[in-house]
Amino acid sequence: MEKKIRVLVAKPGLDGHDRGAKVVARALRDAGFEVIYTGLRQTPEQIAEAALQEDVNVVAMSILSGAHGHLFPKVVDLVRKNGMTDALIIGGGVIPEGDIPALKEAGVSAVFTPGTPTSEVVKYINENVKL
Amino acid sequence: MSNEKIQAELEKYEASVEKAIARFPEREHLPEKRLYTPLDIKDTDYADELSFPGVYPYTRGVQPTMYRGRFWTMRMYAGFSTAEESNKRYRMLIENGATGLSCAFDLPTQIGYDSTDPIAEGEVGKVGVAIDSLADMETLFDQIDLGKVSTSMTINAPASVLLAMYIAVAEKQGVPADQLRGTIQNDILKEYAARGTYIFPPRPSMRLITNIFEYCSKNVPKWNTISISGYHIREAGSTAAQEIAFTIADGIAYCEAAIKAGLKIDDFAGRLSFFWNAHNNVLEEVAKFRASRRIWAKVMKERFHAQNDKSMKLRFHTQTAGSMLTAQQPNNNIVRVALQTAAAVMGGTQSLHTNSRDEALALPTQESVTIALRTQQIVAYESGLADVIDPLAGSYYVEAMTNKIEAEAWDYIKKIDDLGGAVAAIEKGYIQKEIQDSAYKWQMDVESGARTIVGVNKFQMEEEPPKGLLKVDEAVGERQKAKVEAMKAKRDNEAVKAALADLKKACQDENENLMPHILAAVKTYATLGEICNVMREVFGEYEAHVSL
Repeated sequence: MEKKIRVLVAKPGLDGHDRGAKVVARALRDAGFEVIYTGLRQTPEQIAEAALQEDVNVVAMSILSGAHGHLFPKVVDLVRKNGMTDALIIGGGVIPEGDIPALKEAGVSAVFTPGTPTSEVVKYINENVKL
Repeated sequence: MSNEKIQAELEKYEASVEKAIARFPEREHLPEKRLYTPLDIKDTDYADELSFPGVYPYTRGVQPTMYRGRFWTMRMYAGFSTAEESNKRYRMLIENGATGLSCAFDLPTQIGYDSTDPIAEGEVGKVGVAIDSLADMETLFDQIDLGKVSTSMTINAPASVLLAMYIAVAEKQGVPADQLRGTIQNDILKEYAARGTYIFPPRPSMRLITNIFEYCSKNVPKWNTISISGYHIREAGSTAAQEIAFTIADGIAYCEAAIKAGLKIDDFAGRLSFFWNAHNNVLEEVAKFRASRRIWAKVMKERFHAQNDKSMKLRFHTQTAGSMLTAQQPNNNIVRVALQTAAAVMGGTQSLHTNSRDEALALPTQESVTIALRTQQIVAYESGLADVIDPLAGSYYVEAMTNKIEAEAWDYIKKIDDLGGAVAAIEKGYIQKEIQDSAYKWQMDVESGARTIVGVNKFQMEEEPPKGLLKVDEAVGERQKAKVEAMKAKRDNEAVKAALADLKKACQDENENLMPHILAAVKTYATLGEICNVMREVFGEYEAHVSL
């Protein structure tokens, strides 16, 4: 049997808007992935730890508070420090276009902004994940 | 025409429609029913179900003359960065004709952490203004006469602390508490279900809320002690009927908690207010607003046996639906907001915030906020929608839809009663699951094309990245931290310690009203974080129910 892709859907920061995170999580599950959702208000340390414990292939972060510039790179660093060099790290939320290059520079492979169909996220993961 | 005659004519019409449809097929994904007639509202009794504005069950509005006397309060939700910056924005809004203030607090403030707390890193001043102590509150309302303005504060778990700060600022301005007008959101149940800025578990949270009801009924009688909010439930993805059903179920839970604490329904119910979403489907929304008034009136009269008319009147604030704004072709959002505004006004709102076109991208710029405020003014002064009371009453469709939404909402309220009330339903994850299911269905409908969002899944175009977005200065966090440290060095730390110890003792005694103790603590310049930490020690913290 083919190994299922494991995804951690994570909410870093303090905002409670998890409609997007939950919809994406469910769409990924419906697409055949194993999905773990962290719940709200996770610190970068908690997210990196959960990624390690759950042995995921993908970390998908969602944020709406505007703290992405601070929190996303921190998560990338901590996940890599844990030795998960292959894990695909992606993000989404209300993120201004202008902030995206810096996030990519910091190691977030893709950033999905409002209006993105969930099918696009599924496709991106399928094409870029390393199992 | 008799109903029999109408029925016969309707059948003829339906037969003729068959032929028309054969030649010109109807669009896909339409509501099932294409036409409404007197038959759809034949069982609606005018006197019982509609009656007159200002008369039970208030379907047609809570005031006898509605906007013919005075328009709704045009209240723009604003706040970002530091108290100084937000104070400037408030004064700009007042100069431009806004008639009430609405404060947005940053997330650390909403969750009861100081800006200096490590967990606040990166979040200070981002989605609202950072308030750490009374000193920030004094700056926030500098040169704004609290005796004249009405202020709404979107604050929930630490609502008691922010209200205490407001009372203390007013006192310094020489404005007595019984003159203060405004609202605290103070609705913790929807935080557990949809919005996420909870701190304490339900039991102590409900105690804090009833403490506020009691304190304000005696000391701040013109204050709206809670804004029971469907807005965020809708934003999280619920349907219109779910929005009002879950919110009214929350309202019932607050009333029950207050009664259990020994309050009388008519002593506090008149100060309860609601907060609804104005979504895209204009007529459905108008029906929803009308249905909500009718349900609440019945709940108060039949379930709680309220005697005072004020207790039965559902007064509400409205905000246009943020989740319906698109990042694509953002100027289109101006039109969406105008239609949502029309719905709120035809639905009889008491106050309104209109979102700005750029909010799917960032916090709004001053220019965008001005357009949003002007949208309200155009609807008020030019459209004629505010000239006649409840103008859509009697529309076969709107009345039938009002009945339908009411019936659906009652079904949910009954289901929640069966689960043991709103608190139990939230603890079991029922309400969250219902909302999530609706949110998922919406998204799948958009992706399949069953639902069209202009510029997103139809009529797309290549766009330049938007320019001129508002960016909160990253240095604001450091500046605010320095301010807190400086304030702490200046205040009387012994007084702070004593006030916090007194608060802790009060927290441990369930029969003690916490408001006077919190007020005493904020006056010593104890910080929000210090006060909330005392409560965390005694009350513990809420563990969320995570489910997909």
